Amino acid sequence: METLNLFIRSIFIDNMVFAFFFGMCSYIAVSKSVKTAMGLGAAVVFVMTMTVPLNYLLNEYVLAPNALVEGVDLSFLTFIVFIAVIASFVQLVEMVVEKFSPSLYNQLGIFLPLIAVNCAIMGGSLFMQQKVVSGEIDGLWQSIVYGLGSGIGWWLAIVMMAAIRERLQYSHIPAALKGPGIAFIITGLMGIAFMIFSGIKL
Amino acid sequence: MSNLKNLTGPLSSNNPVIVQILGICSALAVTVKMEPAFVMGVSVMVVTAFANLVMSLLRNGIPSRIRIIVQLVVIAALVIIVDQVLKAFVYDVSKQLSVYVGLIITNCIIMGRVEAYALGNKPLDSFLDGIGNGLGYAAILLIVAFFRELFGSGTLFGIQIIPQSWYIANGGFYSNVGIMLFPPMALIIVGVIIWIHRSFNKDLQEK
Repeated sequence: METLNLFIRSIFIDNMVFAFFFGMCSYIAVSKSVKTAMGLGAAVVFVMTMTVPLNYLLNEYVLAPNALVEGVDLSFLTFIVFIAVIASFVQLVEMVVEKFSPSLYNQLGIFLPLIAVNCAIMGGSLFMQQKVVSGEIDGLWQSIVYGLGSGIGWWLAIVMMAAIRERLQYSHIPAALKGPGIAFIITGLMGIAFMIFSGIKL
Repeated sequence: MSNLKNLTGPLSSNNPVIVQILGICSALAVTVKMEPAFVMGVSVMVVTAFANLVMSLLRNGIPSRIRIIVQLVVIAALVIIVDQVLKAFVYDVSKQLSVYVGLIITNCIIMGRVEAYALGNKPLDSFLDGIGNGLGYAAILLIVAFFRELFGSGTLFGIQIIPQSWYIANGGFYSNVGIMLFPPMALIIVGVIIWIHRSFNKDLQEK
């Protein structure tokens, strides 16, 4: 039950985009058509589901105080370890996908390098570390669920945004507001709509 | 003269946040109050400037295939230094910023400036470009934080600005606008800033 709660929370209430603004750069830049948004979203879900548990294991057995050697606290290395895991994992996925499925590579390929510097991925891992301290995430299984849920939340946000922006092309927007300006305001309004989920507790 | 342009360009006509649309991720979450916004702006400025300086010094020695990894290591090392300094000297603010300090690493402004500028220019120019972009980023952060803190809590830098006697509790007519404290308003304020900025800079408008 607690795991299900974590899953629902990470998709709707603690939504990466609407509650924490994570991954906004690629969110604004790539949300011009639904098809590409689906591609990037799927890539983010996959990378997050894999890197959050990986970083969880590293955090638990290497970085946490007294984890590796008794009396040694390596937690100041968190940032560099997490980003190294994410960057090398993305590189690895890119190479594997290129080798085994060229057609998927053609669809996803251009997005993969973007993901290494997507704040949502790094943010997911950093929040996971915080939630371990606060006891919300307990065990590897829950970290996988959290990574998956956060990824799906981001996917949902970018696909909805892309669908709205496709329709926007037919509307008359003041010239100065076209492009990023209206995208920000729409995201804000969607965020307000998502606030209705904030009272839900399973 | 060209040095000066590096410094002032990013303030308005080439602002990293509202024109290049970079680094929004960490920009908005820290703008509920002026103080964390200020600290965040300074941190990003320091990291951008020194990342640009270091990468510009190294630019002829790095094979281009591995440059992303080298950049990430340089940036991550700088961010760790900033994080430790913040924890040592302004612990309260560092607690408020929480994970967003770590997210300076993935802040697209830094990677973007290193890729677009520092790898092809001299160290001094790159350093100034970093300072300029950091200032442009900090300026937007402070504008957003100004409106959110003034209307959301009635204070600026923690000092009460709106007179206590105005509040309904004290028999006045005013109460704080609670929605200003929620994340969506930061997005809407940035949207409005872009709108105003582009009304004055017509060449930036999209067709």
